[in-house]
Amino acid sequence: MSNRATPQVLEGREYIGLSEIVGPLIVLEGVRGAGYNEVVEIRQPDGGVRHGLILETSREATVVQVFEGTSGLSLPDTRVRFKGKPLEIALSRELLGRVFNGSGQPLDNLPYPVSDEWRDVNGLPINPTARDYPRKFIQTGLSAIDGMNTLIRGQKLPIFSGSGLPHNQIAAQIARQARIVGEDVPFAVVFAAMGIKYDTARFFIDSFEESGALENVVLFLNLADDPTIERLLTPRTALTVAEFLAFDQEMHVLVILTDMSNYCEALREVSTSRSEIPSRKGYPGYLYSDLASTYERAGMLLGFRGSITQMPILTMANDDITHPIPDLTGYITEGQIVLERELHQKGVYPPIAGLPSLSRLMKDGIGEGLTRQDHAHLASQLFAAYAHVKEVRALASVIGEEELTPLDHAYLEFGEGFEHRFLAQGDHEDRSLEQTLDLGWEVLSTLPEEELTRVTEEELEKHYKGK
Amino acid sequence: MDKRVVGKIRRVVGPVVEVGEVRDAQMAEVVEVGPDHLIGEIVRLQADLATTQVYEDTTGLRPGQEVWGTGMPLSVELGPGLLGTIFDGVQRRLEVIRQQSNQYIRKGVRVAPLDHEKKWLFRPTVRPGDRLGPGEMIGVVRETEVIEHRVMLPPDIVGIVDSVVPEGEYTIEEPVAVLSAEGKTVEVRLSHRWPVRKQRPSAEKLGLSLPLVTGLRVVDMLFPLAKGGAVAVPGGFGTGKTLIQHSLAKWCDADVIIFIGCGERGNEITDMLIEFPKLIDPRSGKSMMQRSIVIANTSNMPVAAREASIYTGITMAEYYRDMGYHVAVMADSTSRWAEALRELSGRMEEMPADEGFPAYLPSRLAEFYERAGMVRTRTGKIGSVTTIGSVSPPGGDFSEPVTQHTKRFVRSFWALDRQLANARHYPAISWLESYSEYTREVAAWWQQNVAEDWLSLRNEVMELLQKEARLQHVVKLVGPDVLPDSQKLILESCTLLKNAFLQQSAFDPVDMYSVVQKQVKMLRIILTFYRKGLENIKRGATLVRLRRMKVYSEIVRMKSDVPNDQPDLLDALERRLSRALDQMGAVYEQSPEAT
Repeated sequence: MSNRATPQVLEGREYIGLSEIVGPLIVLEGVRGAGYNEVVEIRQPDGGVRHGLILETSREATVVQVFEGTSGLSLPDTRVRFKGKPLEIALSRELLGRVFNGSGQPLDNLPYPVSDEWRDVNGLPINPTARDYPRKFIQTGLSAIDGMNTLIRGQKLPIFSGSGLPHNQIAAQIARQARIVGEDVPFAVVFAAMGIKYDTARFFIDSFEESGALENVVLFLNLADDPTIERLLTPRTALTVAEFLAFDQEMHVLVILTDMSNYCEALREVSTSRSEIPSRKGYPGYLYSDLASTYERAGMLLGFRGSITQMPILTMANDDITHPIPDLTGYITEGQIVLERELHQKGVYPPIAGLPSLSRLMKDGIGEGLTRQDHAHLASQLFAAYAHVKEVRALASVIGEEELTPLDHAYLEFGEGFEHRFLAQGDHEDRSLEQTLDLGWEVLSTLPEEELTRVTEEELEKHYKGK
Repeated sequence: MDKRVVGKIRRVVGPVVEVGEVRDAQMAEVVEVGPDHLIGEIVRLQADLATTQVYEDTTGLRPGQEVWGTGMPLSVELGPGLLGTIFDGVQRRLEVIRQQSNQYIRKGVRVAPLDHEKKWLFRPTVRPGDRLGPGEMIGVVRETEVIEHRVMLPPDIVGIVDSVVPEGEYTIEEPVAVLSAEGKTVEVRLSHRWPVRKQRPSAEKLGLSLPLVTGLRVVDMLFPLAKGGAVAVPGGFGTGKTLIQHSLAKWCDADVIIFIGCGERGNEITDMLIEFPKLIDPRSGKSMMQRSIVIANTSNMPVAAREASIYTGITMAEYYRDMGYHVAVMADSTSRWAEALRELSGRMEEMPADEGFPAYLPSRLAEFYERAGMVRTRTGKIGSVTTIGSVSPPGGDFSEPVTQHTKRFVRSFWALDRQLANARHYPAISWLESYSEYTREVAAWWQQNVAEDWLSLRNEVMELLQKEARLQHVVKLVGPDVLPDSQKLILESCTLLKNAFLQQSAFDPVDMYSVVQKQVKMLRIILTFYRKGLENIKRGATLVRLRRMKVYSEIVRMKSDVPNDQPDLLDALERRLSRALDQMGAVYEQSPEAT
C-alpha cells in the first residue's frame, strides 16, 4: 500500500511542478517525507536558483516559504530540490571584512570563504546553566548610556526609535567608541541590515571605514528593495556568524540588527499568507517566541572567552511604545534605550529619553571596583529628580512658571542642565566615565542638598558642589 | 509499560505534530516522536488521527516517521533530589544536559528526572503489620540540611506493611517497603510518579489565616499575602516583576521555594543560579538552594515545554505540601504560558476567543490558581501552596485577557505602576490599584504576634494615601501653594512614607528585607510624624519647621540605617521624634497669637 511507504530522506531528489503559489509561499503536492524546517532549492526554467524553507509538511502538501519571493515562478515548470537538512552556513574567520546579502551570498564580488565548519542558522537554545552572568561595563562614551543606562558586555539592549530620529548615528557612535576600559581584546562587529535604505547602509559602512574598523566587521545587507522574506533569514545568519566568532574565535562581538520592525513585518506577511490566526495588529501569536529565538542568542558562556552583545534597532510605528514589536522586544531584552522626539526637537543629541530608558544589567555591572562607588546612587538620584522635573513642567504648563515655588524653579533649572549638559554631547565626543559622573553631580548641584535623598551623606560630602 | 508504535507522523507544523494510523493511543499520553524520540503529549484524538504537542525542536521531522506511546500521561518523578536542582519544563536536569551536550540544549537528549544512582540515608518510621492509608509516611530521608524529606506512600495506595528495609542507604529505585493491598503486593520506593495535570489529593482544604511574610514592607503592611493564597503581579516591561519575584523567593518565610522561569530571559535564570547558592537564608543559616527548586524554560526553549513547566512546578509544590511544608511557587511569567497555549492552539487551528487566546484560557488559569491552598494532608499535617504569578500584559494594559481572567481567580493583586518604575520607585506596587482580600484573614496573626494596632495602622496609612491622591489632582491643576499647611502636611507625610517606607532597595544589604517588628515600628514613626505634626500645625507651626527637624533625615534613612536584628533602635528614634514635636508644639502653645 502506498501510504505505508517507508519514510525516506529526500536529499537530492527533485520534484517538478507546484500546485499552488500564495504570496511568498509555494505548495507542493505528493511529496512524501519532506522534513520540517529543512531547506529546498528552487530552480526556474531559465536556470535561476532560489531558496526556501519548509514551513509545514504533511502527506498531502508541503508548504515552502521562498526567500527570494515568488514572482516569476510558474506552476508547471518550477523544479524543487530537497536538501534534507536545515539551512546551514559555512563559517570561518575570513568572513570578517566581507559583505553578504541577507542569506549569506557574497555581495563584494569575491568568492565565499572556504570552510568545513557548517552550522545550522537556527542555532540551539543556550542552556541557562551554561551561561555566565554579564558584569563587565562597556564604556560607550555617551553620558546618557554610561551614566544612566549602562551597557554591559553580553547584554541585549535595543534602541527604540521613531522615524526621523538619529538612531543610526547613535548606533554608529556606540560601535565606534565602545570599549572596556583598561582591556585590549579582539573585537568584531556583525551588522545585519533588514529592509533599510541604501543610504543608511552606506552611512554605517562609512562610519566603520572612518574608524578603521572595517576589517573587523561582517555585513549582511538586505536592503529595502531586496526580497522581503530574505529578512527572516538575515538575523539568523548574522547571529550564527556572531556565535562562531564569539565562542570559537574568542572575540567580543557587537551585533547590530536594524531594523527589527521590517523583520517582524516579513514575519507577518508569511503568517497572513498561510491564513494563520493573528494576535495583535495582525502579527502572529508566535511573534514573542520568534523574537526570543533571535534576541536570546546573546550573552556570555562559562568557560568561553568571547561574548555577544546585541543592539537591535527598531522604529516604533507612530512613536507608540505599546505597539507589539517594541512591547514584545522590551519583554525579552535586558532593558531599552528609548529615543524621544521632544528632546530631538529641542536639539538634544543623543535624544535618549530619561525615564523610559533602562538597562537591567546595570545594577550588577556598576559600583565599587567596576565603575565608581557612587554610580548607582547618583543614577537613581538623577532619575528621581528628572521624574520630578517632568511633574513640575506639567504643572508649569497649567499654572504658569511664575506661580511655581522657588524649589520648583530649582528643579526646572536642573532639568535644563540635565538635558543640555548631561544628556547632550557631540556625535564624536567620547566622554570618560569619570567625566560623565562628575557632570551628573554638577547638574545635581543646582538642587538644594536636602532634596537629594537617594545618595548618602558621604557621597554628598565628597561630590556635591552646591552652596 | 513497554513502548509501542502508536502511529506515524502525518503532518508537522512547528511544535504541533499530527499522527496518523493511530490504533490505541490514549488522550494525554506521552509519546516519543521520530527517530530522535522527541517527547510529546497527545492533546487531541480524532478517529485514527492524534494531535501531539512536542516538547523539543521539531526541525527535520518528516511524514511517515514512527511515533511510540509510553502508556503514561505527562508526569514528574517525585522523590529526594528535587531540592537544589534546576530542571527544564519537562523535568530534565539542565546541569546534566550540560554535561552531555555542552552549552547548547540539543534535541533528543535523555536525562533521568532524578539521580537514580545516588544513595540516600533512609530511616523507616513504620513496622511490618502497620496499616497505612494513602499518602502516609513510611520513613524519612534528610534531603538537604534544612529539609527533611518525608517519604510517603503514593496517594493511590493503601495497605498493610509486609516488610520494610532497615535504616540504611538506598537509591530511589530500590524498594524500601512491601505492602499488601487487596491481595496484591505493592513495592514502595523512595520516589513515585504523578501526572502533572492532576491535582494531588488532600484530606481537606482549610481557611487561610497565616500570612506569608515576605520582608517587602509594601506587601506585608499594605497588601499582605496569606499562606495558601494566590496573588497576581501584573506590570509592563521594566516595572520590576522579576525583581519582586526574586525578592520574594529569597526572603519569604515559606519552607520550600519553587521558582518557575517560564518563557523569560536566560540571564535572569543565570542571575538566580549564581546568587541563590551564595545567599544565606536568615532563618536556617544555610544556602537558599537547599530549599529551592528552579524550573527554567527560557523564552528560546521549545514553546510546548513552556506550557508544561507551570504544571511541573505546581505538582512538585503539592508534593512538598503533602509532607507538611509551606511552599511558595513563583511563576514568572504566566503570560508567557498563556501565549504558549495560544501558539499551540493556533497551530491546531482551534477557534480563537479574545485576542487569539483559546476559549479555554480562563479554565486553565483557574485550574492553576486553584491548586494553591492551605490543606490538611491525608496524614493530618498542615501544608500549603502559595502561588505568586506575574503577568506581562501587552503594552502594560491591564484590560487584556490574561490579566482580566487572572483577576477572577486570585484574591490579591499587586499592580505595578509604570510611573513609579520610571521614577525608580521600587517595588513599583501601586497603592491605588492594588488590593488584597487576605488583609482581614491575616490581621489576627499580626495582632497576636507583632502589634495590636496592625490593622488600624494599615488602614490609617491607606486612608492617608487616598487623601494624597485626591490632593495631587488639585495640585496638578493649581499648584501646591494654594493648599493650607494641614493639607500640605498630608503631601509631605506621604512623600516621607514613599521615600522612607514604601520604597525598598533590593540591593541594599540592610534594606533588602525588613523583619515584621521593624516594619511596624517604621510605620508608627511616620504616622507619629503626621499625627503630631498635624497638631502642631493646628497650633500654628509651619511645615518648613517640621521638615527642618534634625530627626527628619534620620527617618528618611532609617530603612537602611537600622539593622534587622535591632528593631528597638526605632523605639529610640520614635521617642526622639515625639520629643522634638512636643517641644515644637509647646513653643506654639505658649505664644498667644497662635491660638
